[in-house]
Amino acid sequence: MTLRPEEIRRVAELARLELSPEEEARYGAQLARVVEYIDQLSGYEPSRHPREEALVEQPDEVQPSLPLERFLDNAPERLDRFLVVPQVKKVDGG
Amino acid sequence: MGEARGQGPELLDLTAQEIASRVRTGEVTAAETVDLALARIAELEPRVGALLRPGQLDDAARRSAEAIDARRERGESLGPLAGVPVVVKDNLSIEGQPLTCASRILDGYVAPYDATAIARLRAADAVIVGQSNMDEFAMGSSCENSAVQQTRNPWDPERVAGGSSGGSAAAVAAGEVPLALGSDTGGSVRQPAALCGVVGFKPSYGRISRYGLVAFASSLDQIGPIARSVPEAALLYESLAGSDPRDATCSERPVEGLGESAADDGGRAAPPTLEGLRIGRLREIDSSGLEDEVAAQWQSTLRQLSACGAELVDVSVPSLPAAVAVYYVIANSEASANLARYDGVRYGRRVAGGGSLRELNRRSRSEGFGPEVKRRIMLGTFALSSGYYDAYYGRAVGVARAMSEQFESAFSQVDLVVTPTSPSVAFRLGERVEDPLAMYLSDVFTTPANLCGLPALSVPCGLGGSSGLPLALQLLGPRWADREVLRAGAAFESASGWNRRVAPGAAAREESSSAS
Repeated sequence: MTLRPEEIRRVAELARLELSPEEEARYGAQLARVVEYIDQLSGYEPSRHPREEALVEQPDEVQPSLPLERFLDNAPERLDRFLVVPQVKKVDGG
Repeated sequence: MGEARGQGPELLDLTAQEIASRVRTGEVTAAETVDLALARIAELEPRVGALLRPGQLDDAARRSAEAIDARRERGESLGPLAGVPVVVKDNLSIEGQPLTCASRILDGYVAPYDATAIARLRAADAVIVGQSNMDEFAMGSSCENSAVQQTRNPWDPERVAGGSSGGSAAAVAAGEVPLALGSDTGGSVRQPAALCGVVGFKPSYGRISRYGLVAFASSLDQIGPIARSVPEAALLYESLAGSDPRDATCSERPVEGLGESAADDGGRAAPPTLEGLRIGRLREIDSSGLEDEVAAQWQSTLRQLSACGAELVDVSVPSLPAAVAVYYVIANSEASANLARYDGVRYGRRVAGGGSLRELNRRSRSEGFGPEVKRRIMLGTFALSSGYYDAYYGRAVGVARAMSEQFESAFSQVDLVVTPTSPSVAFRLGERVEDPLAMYLSDVFTTPANLCGLPALSVPCGLGGSSGLPLALQLLGPRWADREVLRAGAAFESASGWNRRVAPGAAAREESSSAS
């Protein structure tokens, strides 16, 4: 299997990564080799059932959580009690 | 190792049990012990590079040690790791300290709480003296993927210490500390331990809480101890294992190790033995895939196991040759989801520019993650993407399940299974950097334990005939047979005569410190 440049760009977009043309070429070649190697799995049946894990249940009670300030201390940009991000919603119906 | 020792830096060469026992009786103080470790770290770090931000924890470590001594003076009894200096991998949260996973994307991040493993170290009266280097986000087998620095193998500075917990393994091998913590998703505790000539243990999935461990692949990740001997690794394991309401995968089964955490040695059970154990040799191990000196040592290790009274039985896990492929699909699929949280918004590095949120996410991630992390996120995203899910992720999950069943069937015939830990000795720095697949293939013997949730222990078994570098065997047991694995490892270790051998780098240190 080969990975076409469009394929690499599609995956990079899904992964929220921005690759330079040089990175696209290099990762494309390296990923193609890895994908070729993992193609040995094609002889096996797909399954949707991983190893079953017994999870420990807890009573449904409110427990103290991380104080908001402690979380916000690590925020790259904050305003009062909020995280600041670029404008998400367009203003003029565009 | 034979010469007489005073109360100098040699205190650190005692076992963790011996150090804790002396601190508990007051023969030495935790403060003295920690000062010796900090001095040794300062001396060796320029050559080893095991620790990130060396010196950062010095003040906190001294304060913890003084608090432990004060409690002893008040007549309080101290924990099983009293005063023992410990290094932890930089993917475990320590409240108020930086946590970077050796990644630029976590520059400036300060952990807001203690991981459960860290809280239990403190409860056992251990003292954390350093945070260790690793492959970025635990992705790698050599520490060459650290965005910060290169860790060198104390046995040969031109070679890798292994990875991803290479800093933890190198710190123990160099004699900086008796104990260290790593995390193991596909061999990241066992392989560096093997390459550095120390003991590394990956407990059964669900034994040690991962609360506060930065997630890589959540169905595979497990925290594990690194030490110079099996009983010391068992002591650390027993101090950390056990249920935690903050990790629903952490089992409530009682913890069974070697009984090493019992402060009183008097009531210990009979010494471990290999006599009467049935040990499985996997038919699928292809000697042609082993380096010559690993293959030679492998044969002599099997003879040694049998000379110690173990019965060797051929067993089969037919899916073993697919383990690496299965691992790289499952681990990276989970990683692509787990690492989506590094978005430049909530914490960590933000790279602004352009106008949109999407662009902020992309730029922050692209500048923050190193090449291997990007490659793996790409691979995982690809394997989970529409049109490929069944062909890659679905099949990998199917093979992992089949492998678990094949191991179960093998364990109906034998008590344990033995393999080499690594198909090669420590490789040269730079040798595999441009060939990710060659690097991945070195995980062939370690990934099955993660895929199947099994306990697995790497124990040194000799030095390579031509390289003089450490070699190791791996013992795997059925799920929850952690105690049996540790017992067999301890028995092999006593019989092998390895005896906590130190790396030549550390020997040079002993000469220089005795001369000064």
